[in-house]
Amino acid sequence: MDPLGRPRSPASQAARGSRWADRNFYLLALLAALTILGLIALVGWELYRGCHLALAKFGPAFLANSSWDPVSDVYGALPFIFGTLVSSLIALIIAVPLGVATALFLTEMAPQAIRQPVITVIEMLAAVPSVIFGLWGIFVLIPWLRDHLFPWLHSTLGFLPFFSGPIYGVSMLAGGIIVAIMILPIITSVSREIIRSVPNLQREAAYALGSTHWEVIRIAVLSYAHRGIFGAAVLGLGRALGETMAVTMVIGNRPEISASLFAPGYTLASVIANEFTEATSDLYLSALFELGLVLLGITLIVNVIAQLMLRTFSGSSTGKT
Amino acid sequence: MSADSYNQARPSISQQARRRWVSRIVTALMGLSALLVMTPLFLVLYFLIREGASALDWHFFTQLPKPTGEVGGGMANAIVGTLVLLGMAAAIGVPIGVMGGVYLAEYGGERTNDVIRFTADVLNGIPSIVWGMVVYAMLVVPFKTFSAYAGGVALGLMMVPMVMRTTEEVMLLVPQSYREAGLALGIARWKIITVIVIRTAMRGIVTGVLIALARVAGETAPLLFTALGNNFWSHNLSEPISALPLQIFSYAISPYDDWHRQAWAGALVLMLLILVTNLVVRMLSRGRPQS
Repeated sequence: MDPLGRPRSPASQAARGSRWADRNFYLLALLAALTILGLIALVGWELYRGCHLALAKFGPAFLANSSWDPVSDVYGALPFIFGTLVSSLIALIIAVPLGVATALFLTEMAPQAIRQPVITVIEMLAAVPSVIFGLWGIFVLIPWLRDHLFPWLHSTLGFLPFFSGPIYGVSMLAGGIIVAIMILPIITSVSREIIRSVPNLQREAAYALGSTHWEVIRIAVLSYAHRGIFGAAVLGLGRALGETMAVTMVIGNRPEISASLFAPGYTLASVIANEFTEATSDLYLSALFELGLVLLGITLIVNVIAQLMLRTFSGSSTGKT
Repeated sequence: MSADSYNQARPSISQQARRRWVSRIVTALMGLSALLVMTPLFLVLYFLIREGASALDWHFFTQLPKPTGEVGGGMANAIVGTLVLLGMAAAIGVPIGVMGGVYLAEYGGERTNDVIRFTADVLNGIPSIVWGMVVYAMLVVPFKTFSAYAGGVALGLMMVPMVMRTTEEVMLLVPQSYREAGLALGIARWKIITVIVIRTAMRGIVTGVLIALARVAGETAPLLFTALGNNFWSHNLSEPISALPLQIFSYAISPYDDWHRQAWAGALVLMLLILVTNLVVRMLSRGRPQS
């Protein structure tokens, strides 16, 4: 019997059951969606909790201190911030022109028959795990760089401070090159999406004025899409900053700040990867957590900027791999 | 009008020729960069096969790693470990990711959805090593041991935003009229979603899950201080467990030639695993409009 005293029909019972199921299903879905917000809070909180010791001991000076000496419990983040920024910058300098040019080739020039295979190859490149690039870097790339490219750079551009000094093979430049390879796919595919969204009318107008192929690309396509392409580059930067394994395997892992790109460096991500399980004192571990927090902070800012730029450009989500 | 002023008003022939040449050169450079971008993949695959295939034998799949200095041995435990970790990651990432996608596609208002989507995209950009630290603080410190659970959770959490975004996308592709037909028949909302919408979008959802799995299968950084690695069989999920990427990493940076050979072999196996998954994905998504 229901509250009004009517006999309960099987139909209304079923309706009540399904309303109950409906509500719970909705709540489950809501919970799952809110997990995303929970996750970002969890990441920030756990890192913050992990580094309170170092925060209390060093304060903001942590960021500006360039010595990293676990033996005497002195920790500074500067060499790692420097290494992370420099290796990512090298990666961007190499990957952005190549990636954008490839995206232009795919959208503006390549015949249909070539387009799909090239896209497939680039997607496969994105699927190669970092550790495999690292392995290849150690045994193939580094020897080649050491014996061919670096000596050549040294003899032709050696008057610049970046390309002087002894050559070891493992180096900031090697780290930058391997990261460049790894961010090429995302820069290419996001720029391609952006360029594809340029209206054809733009191109036709430029052609009608008698432009050559390159002029069409420059005037109609690039000037229209440059904001979005910038977003793609920033997204690539976000990936480059956090790249861990491959960089750790080729960058040389020495916490030094050197003008020469042939000198070994160290990044935030690789020092965490290398020293986390060996951190013997609480302060040491805490300092590593603080490096993690710094890394998280930088990548969050960069990613938020990238997402905002891509969103305002296309109104849709192009930020996924 | 004299011939002179006519020529001044029009660009000269040589100027036009120059423009055409610039265009040709730039076009050629773009084709060249496409070639250059593809080269690393071929180089990596070439060396994986050249160095890895010779080290790959039956023992590789059936034996445990040999102690330092002894030649031979295999990565049986790492292969099984990777599969176990992926299973656990899927158990966490798939339900949360799919249900979150359901919320975004079926329930959420525009504002909430924007916030959640944005956060998911930003989460996707968090370095994987950070996930390792977070799970270390969350599961390794309180339980005082590295464990397979911690590794699985780290990979699973990474999967959540990826699966959520792809699920939402394919569910939005299901025509609205399907849902309306269900409502007209008086079917409950949750049944419409599970029986009609999810089923129609199943292929796309599976594709998204496989892509996410292939991505976390190669992850090393989040496992370094969660699953840790293990040279023996793990009989218990609360013990450290080995994984292919971990084993490849520790062998690659070791000083022994035989371990380097094993690292190449392991990398070849991992790469094949990922490539096969990608092939399956391609076959599943064939026939759908190309993006």
